[in-house]
Amino acid sequence: MTVILGQTFTGISIGAVLLLIALGLSLTFGQMNVINMAHGEFIMAGAYTTYVLQKSISSAGISLLVALPVAFLVSGALGALLEWLLIRRLYLRPLDTLLVTWGVSLMLQQLARDIFGAPNVQTRAPDALTGNLTLIGGDDPLTVATSRLFILGLAIAAVVALSLTLRLTPLGRRIRAVVQNRDLAEVSGISTSRVDRTAFFIGSGLAGVAGVALTLVGPIGPTMGTNVIIDAFLVIVVGGIGQLKGSVIVAFVLGVLQSVLEYSTTVSVAKVLVLVAIVAFLQWRPQGLYTLRTRSLV
Amino acid sequence: MNVLKGRSTRAWTGFAGAAVLLFAVAPVALSDFRLGLLAKYLCMAMVAVGICLAWGRGGLLTLGQGVFFGLGGYAMAMHLKIADAGPGNLPDFMQLYGTATELPWWWKPFESPVLALAATILLPMTVAALLGLFIFRRRVKGAYFAILSQALASAFAIWLVGQQATTGGTNGLTDIQGFFGYDLNDPVNQRMVYFVIAAALLLLMLLARQLIHSRYGELLVAVRDSEERVRFLGYDPANVKLVAYVVAAGMAGLAGALFVPAVGIISPALIGIVPSIEFVIGAAVGGRASLVGAVLGAIAVAWAKTALSEEFPAAWTYFQGLLFVVALAFLPGGLASLTKVVRRRRSARTEQTAPVVPVGEAA
Amino acid sequence: MSSGSPILRRRFLAGGAALAAVVALSACGAKTDAAGSSSDKAAKIDVSGDTVKVGLLNSLSGTMAISEVTVRNSLLLAIDEINASGGVLGKKIKPISEDGASDWPTFAEKATKLIKEDQVAATFGCWTSASRKAVKPVFEKNKSLLFYPVQYEGLEESPYIFYTGATTNQQIVPALDYLKSQGKKKLYLVGSDYVFPRTANKEIKAYAEANGMTILGEDYAPLGSTEFSTIANKVKASKADAVFNTLNGDSNVAFFKEYKSAGLTASSMPVVSVSIAEEEVKSIGPQYLAGQLTAWNYYQTTPGEANEKFVAAYKAKYGEDKPTSDPMEAAYTSVYLWAAMVEKAKSFDPEKVRAASDGITFDAPEGKVTVDGASQHIYKTARIGRIGTDGLITEVWNSGKPVKPDPFLKGYSWASGLS
Repeated sequence: MTVILGQTFTGISIGAVLLLIALGLSLTFGQMNVINMAHGEFIMAGAYTTYVLQKSISSAGISLLVALPVAFLVSGALGALLEWLLIRRLYLRPLDTLLVTWGVSLMLQQLARDIFGAPNVQTRAPDALTGNLTLIGGDDPLTVATSRLFILGLAIAAVVALSLTLRLTPLGRRIRAVVQNRDLAEVSGISTSRVDRTAFFIGSGLAGVAGVALTLVGPIGPTMGTNVIIDAFLVIVVGGIGQLKGSVIVAFVLGVLQSVLEYSTTVSVAKVLVLVAIVAFLQWRPQGLYTLRTRSLV
Repeated sequence: MNVLKGRSTRAWTGFAGAAVLLFAVAPVALSDFRLGLLAKYLCMAMVAVGICLAWGRGGLLTLGQGVFFGLGGYAMAMHLKIADAGPGNLPDFMQLYGTATELPWWWKPFESPVLALAATILLPMTVAALLGLFIFRRRVKGAYFAILSQALASAFAIWLVGQQATTGGTNGLTDIQGFFGYDLNDPVNQRMVYFVIAAALLLLMLLARQLIHSRYGELLVAVRDSEERVRFLGYDPANVKLVAYVVAAGMAGLAGALFVPAVGIISPALIGIVPSIEFVIGAAVGGRASLVGAVLGAIAVAWAKTALSEEFPAAWTYFQGLLFVVALAFLPGGLASLTKVVRRRRSARTEQTAPVVPVGEAA
Repeated sequence: MSSGSPILRRRFLAGGAALAAVVALSACGAKTDAAGSSSDKAAKIDVSGDTVKVGLLNSLSGTMAISEVTVRNSLLLAIDEINASGGVLGKKIKPISEDGASDWPTFAEKATKLIKEDQVAATFGCWTSASRKAVKPVFEKNKSLLFYPVQYEGLEESPYIFYTGATTNQQIVPALDYLKSQGKKKLYLVGSDYVFPRTANKEIKAYAEANGMTILGEDYAPLGSTEFSTIANKVKASKADAVFNTLNGDSNVAFFKEYKSAGLTASSMPVVSVSIAEEEVKSIGPQYLAGQLTAWNYYQTTPGEANEKFVAAYKAKYGEDKPTSDPMEAAYTSVYLWAAMVEKAKSFDPEKVRAASDGITFDAPEGKVTVDGASQHIYKTARIGRIGTDGLITEVWNSGKPVKPDPFLKGYSWASGLS
């Protein structure tokens, strides 16, 4: 019984990581239809921000908290710069952005290697986030990792903040207007280019936040972004483009599926099965779990 | 008619020129090592021919060509490994990593050279047909199709890695000695492999050209540009796309099969997401909708990778990344459109029609 | 799907026929040649001028760059030192770097380039077993030498490869002996999904069976995988005495972070790692690693004058905060061994260098090493170390004397069914 509960929580925590890395994409890919392969490198930028901050802030806990907003700004600025330099030229060719940003991602990885060195770097986690909490004691205790709880909390906070922004603020209204009908938004007096850049800033910034969180559970190195990027895209595709709730549900479902399969088979088999399940699911619902209703035929 | 004839004459001159370059000039001008590399680039170009058809003409961003390249490559390599081991023996890596005393059942068909050769093309085509049947019927397209292809490539690579005892795992199938009785260590036979590859590439280009200039080719472009319109005209776009996808898969399979004797190795590293993107990038840099552009682009990108990494081993990825960014962001039609741009500028007359910049999108 | 015009089609057929003829011709030509002679030419070595070229083949990009860049650094250090003291046979060594890009076919391509285009006298590098397997036929075919500096899974010998890292009986077997002596009877195996861990675990299972140990579980994660919470759960649930870890690269970081989060510690369930050296400790953090065990032949703390000199020189060249590790030391040593072989053979010719290799010794940072000419491996001292809170590894046990390399484990009866 504890095994099932334990694996379920593990699955939820894997889902939280997935959600956090995919959340930024739900804006840039989901709302703006830009396939940004350099998103992984924005995650990397967030992680390196934590590393740099720790050099000047000695307390691991404080530096982690400071890193969250700073990484948001750093990655967000990188994203806005990328949008301004390249992506705005490519809005009519969404699939070209994939290849262009792939080139950008190659360059950013090499840049990280030249600045911080090829080997991975180390960040310290606050002691409170390296242990675990015992939920059920006894012979066969059920414990949950505090780092995972932190990430789960962070993911939930980010989702809430993002959906409130989209729903309640003027900026959010403008973003939704542009997503639903770009031309109509433009003639209504919305500066779509400014909205695009702002949305890209927020989406990339969220990648930075994810990067900070990943320092608690994974390696910090030049290729850390490539390791997670495809999973993140899959979450958005299966969740349905343009819908936040789809991504949230799918991230957790995929996480639990992965952890349960992994426990009963092997990591490789579980990965393959999850991917096959995704392909099968898209046969059933080709537009993902939730779709944005439009009148467009294509 | 006149236009058609002019185009056809020009094409044949170009084709003859390419044949002379590949068969007469390159073998003389290049060292054995460089010729071997050229053979590898030509394999990439064969994949690009298929990509030109499926993506450039059909608007399908096939980001999973690595799967078909791998299927063809493994089919060929499995046969060559069995042949190297000799009758009754297991391939070397199976003796080392495996516990089985005889060939696994799914290796058995590859003992036959005829079946193995057929499989290099038919296996990828069958897989593509099955996949395509589902995917296109359900109208999965654009970004979905791209990400789905990547997921498949990644799944296939992970699966291969996990089966070390029967697929060689991460190592892949290495140390291939012979090619249907020819010793691959002999430079003369390496040269023969090069000739076979060059001939195959030219054949594939002819085939693609035939397809592109047929009524089917017109239909394919129509599907790319407006799928709904084609549907209203009474055609089923799914079938049109399926043909392009299956043909492209067959071409990638053949390329993978010929890559094996040319390079002597096939491994999951050639199948996953990164190589699949690299296949597409060559065609995109050269010009996805132009057959010649795609082929030259693929060769140029592969060559640039070699040349840059030899010249700047520690910093070449900057240049590679920059090349992709500049070529794709600022020259959407690829290098092939350079001539068009120049020509359009030179003949300074005002054009009635909008500039035709081929954009393979179906988003 | 009819084709355009009949004219076009006829031409197409003619063209096809012509091509088929060309193919047939080229094939025929090759067949007669193949029957005549098979090429037995050794690769040429460029010894003109006052330099001799050597190849450095390491991944400078891609996932393996995290480890392989440090190996290249120490290779360059050794070359600089040898050049400063006069070079080899009076010639200065000129390194030619190539990027293997963490991609095995690229390794094969670059190896061919180094041998055929640059005509190097020897090549140093490769890290993963997969890259070594990819280049092995290249070096054998061209009769050129590769010096491979990383511990590996054994069961391999090649006349054109010198293995300066540990083979199984110099690292894994001593680590198992150590665990046995500590009373650890129930093991859990965790590894990356590739040749080295799978083969090593096969050997470990054979050892366990013969020595009354039990293997409670065996898990593999794809290379580069960074999600280890389930594996940590499985390990924890198994209640094993110890974990034998053959993970590589990035995965170690995620694994140890998860391991600690699961509440597992070095005292409750120690992990013995065979791919974690000082460089990896630095990137994972002693916070997660303190107290865990490693098995190598060298640590930065290994006593001796040769090591003090090596560590000082490395830090002077690359920075005070840069640690030295076993693969770096083996790479550094390999250049010196090659130079000594060349001096003894008085030639750069690979065949003569090989013939001269037996018995060559070098006072390496790890202690005195000797080349075993028969297997082309080297005698090395096995050392078990414990990771300290300062990120350095201190030795807790060593084999006392250099262990004779036995790549096929012929001296161990339990290993008879392995190769």
